[in-house]
Amino acid sequence: YISNLQFLSMKIKPEKQYVGFATLPNQVHRKSVKKGFDFTLMVAGESGMGKSTLVNSLFLTDLYKDRKLLNAEERINQTVEIIKHTVDIEEKGVKLKLTIVDTPGFGDAVNNNECWKPITDYIDQQFEQYFRDESGLNRKNIQDNRVHCCLYFIPPFGHGLRPVDVEFMKALHEKVNIIPLIAKADCLTPNEIKKLKDRIREEIDKFGIKVYQFPECDSDEDEEFKQLDKELKECTPFAVIGSNTVVEARGQRVRGRLYPWGIVEVENQSHCDFVKLRNMLIRSHMHDLKDVTCDVHYENYRAQCIQEMTSKLAQDNRMESPIPILPLSTPDVDTEKLIKMKDEEVCKDVI
Amino acid sequence: SMHGDISLQNEEKRNLSLGGHVGFDSLPDQLVSKSVTQGFCFNILCVGETGIGKSTLMNTLFNTMFENEEASHYQNGVYLRPRTYDLLESNVHLKLTIVDTVGFGDQINKDESYRPIVDYIDTQFENYLQEELKIKRSLFNYHDTRIHICLYFIAPTGHSLKSLDLVTMKKLDSKVNIIPIIAKADTISKSELHKFKIKIMSELVSNGVQIYQFPTDDETVSEINASMNAHLPFAVVGSVEEVKVGNKTVRARQYPWGVVQVENESHCDFVKLREMLIRVNMEDLREQTHARHYELYRRCKLEEMGFKDTDPDSQPFSLQETYEAKRKEFLGDLQRKEEEMRQMFVNKVKETEAELKEKERELHDKFEQLKRMHQDEKRKVEEKRRDLEEEMNAFNRKKVAAETLSLSQPLKKEKDKKK
Repeated sequence: YISNLQFLSMKIKPEKQYVGFATLPNQVHRKSVKKGFDFTLMVAGESGMGKSTLVNSLFLTDLYKDRKLLNAEERINQTVEIIKHTVDIEEKGVKLKLTIVDTPGFGDAVNNNECWKPITDYIDQQFEQYFRDESGLNRKNIQDNRVHCCLYFIPPFGHGLRPVDVEFMKALHEKVNIIPLIAKADCLTPNEIKKLKDRIREEIDKFGIKVYQFPECDSDEDEEFKQLDKELKECTPFAVIGSNTVVEARGQRVRGRLYPWGIVEVENQSHCDFVKLRNMLIRSHMHDLKDVTCDVHYENYRAQCIQEMTSKLAQDNRMESPIPILPLSTPDVDTEKLIKMKDEEVCKDVI
Repeated sequence: SMHGDISLQNEEKRNLSLGGHVGFDSLPDQLVSKSVTQGFCFNILCVGETGIGKSTLMNTLFNTMFENEEASHYQNGVYLRPRTYDLLESNVHLKLTIVDTVGFGDQINKDESYRPIVDYIDTQFENYLQEELKIKRSLFNYHDTRIHICLYFIAPTGHSLKSLDLVTMKKLDSKVNIIPIIAKADTISKSELHKFKIKIMSELVSNGVQIYQFPTDDETVSEINASMNAHLPFAVVGSVEEVKVGNKTVRARQYPWGVVQVENESHCDFVKLREMLIRVNMEDLREQTHARHYELYRRCKLEEMGFKDTDPDSQPFSLQETYEAKRKEFLGDLQRKEEEMRQMFVNKVKETEAELKEKERELHDKFEQLKRMHQDEKRKVEEKRRDLEEEMNAFNRKKVAAETLSLSQPLKKEKDKKK
């Protein structure tokens, strides 16, 4: 008795002649370059945590040229806004449509009750939009505005997570991939960073917050890769520093911060985890972040939506389903038996 | 003349020159000697979010490890934690109280965060006022807990004040001397710091927040105080750890990119803060607290209680008379209230009595009614009984008549037959 899945993945060794489907990865590569990519990144955290500077450092561009900052009096009763910046950037022929979603006002007012609501509403709206588009008749040019990743900036001044940090992450952890960061890490010595990271990891566990998890390495990767992967995972949450200015350090011009007592280099791995974040976010896991958003967060939203809809339909028979969906009712006993019988027949044929 | 009123019309002061050294130039020394014997008292309030470096800065300023556990971020509200220490330097005793604001800035809703702080400051004023108003008082012995300085710790965001900072400082500026400081300043570069300080000061000015100005009226210190005023808010770094720099060991923070030295004036303003707060203006801070902030509190409190300095005729009131008048008024109030309550009680009793009477009457009426109904019924039943009796009698008579008739009838037949 071989299960259906096993049957399909049995490796069939082709006879002497080269068939050629080994070129599939190349074809995928070529087509994807032609199509281009898109990525939506949300940044959240109190004002003054260096979010904009970090985004500029990550994508080596200046997204915030004409920004106007509110002063303290205006912020007493400030509400949270959602602001999108979309840029098209290109590197070695690969086009990326990058959308940065800013959340100015988060945590800045004196009373911050439910200040995360506009943010959760925004994420849900994008899901809802995609859900409608996906269920529509003409699906040629669906725009994917779903948020693929949320960088959450934790202040380095405290002893760990604060109530507002916990509440925010709990409100969002089942809607978006959260990557918590320790902001402005140049105010912490290496010991202090380690202590704070341990404390934050502990509290994330304690409060049941589900942050983005790096996928497990394939078992057939080489040792070096596995080691790097392990180091990456043990390094979270990343302690980052950003900079809009270029300074001269050790004979080179690098992004950094100039102090009377020394120069902090953003890309120096012994100074902060910026490189690790960039590599992970952009160079290795960008697509996984998209996949998890589509396969997990969006699917959860969709399933929940449909359940709500069908329960409403069941109560009111006159309502037509607004979207094409399969009936969710569980099959009766006879149908189940029939399905099982047919299943066994198919398997017998296989053997 | 010898008798009569002494008129003090001519109050011009005359400057006299001395013929030799009299010796009253030792007065300041006598004062100093007295105060040294008495010891000094200084109370610092530190306001700032959890983890911003309040305890570390105190340890650094006073070169002592004051005991302190790390505070949690999950307090339900803000509470104040005063700790008193006895310090000795040369032959000067200092009774130092450090008040910490635990939980400040951690709540999601910070609307009421300022209140425990204001209440604490007012309570210390109130305690002093109570002592002052006592009949038998011992002010020279009194442990003065009034806050002489509030160090407000601003987070080094590099942008501006936080909304909570503005709201809190506005509530405190009329009650205590405030010196704003930028905490953990080793995360701000020189150019950013310059812009940040300007922004903070302009926000304070445009919102009318009064911070403590180092006094410039005394020539010996006016120059240094004036220049220090221009450096506010002080950007500080605190550390109790020592690092070897060159051939010296200094208090510093060691980073992979360099060493931040606490007492290096090109690294941060710690030395300026220590100079201003402790070495130059400590006594002025105590004076300002007593002469300005406390007096304001006292005046407001007494006005609230109804005291005035002059009566309607603009004659000065004596506190004793006012007190007596107040006491009479209070007792009169009490009596009036008592009367009112008694009256109310009497009224209530009358009301209840009336109600009860009414109920009694109702019951009585009902009883009468029932009695009448009962009598009616009884009468009717009597009538019926009599009717029935009559019927029965009539029936019996008829029966007897019928029987007699039937008896006599057969006799008659027999009589007829015999004939």
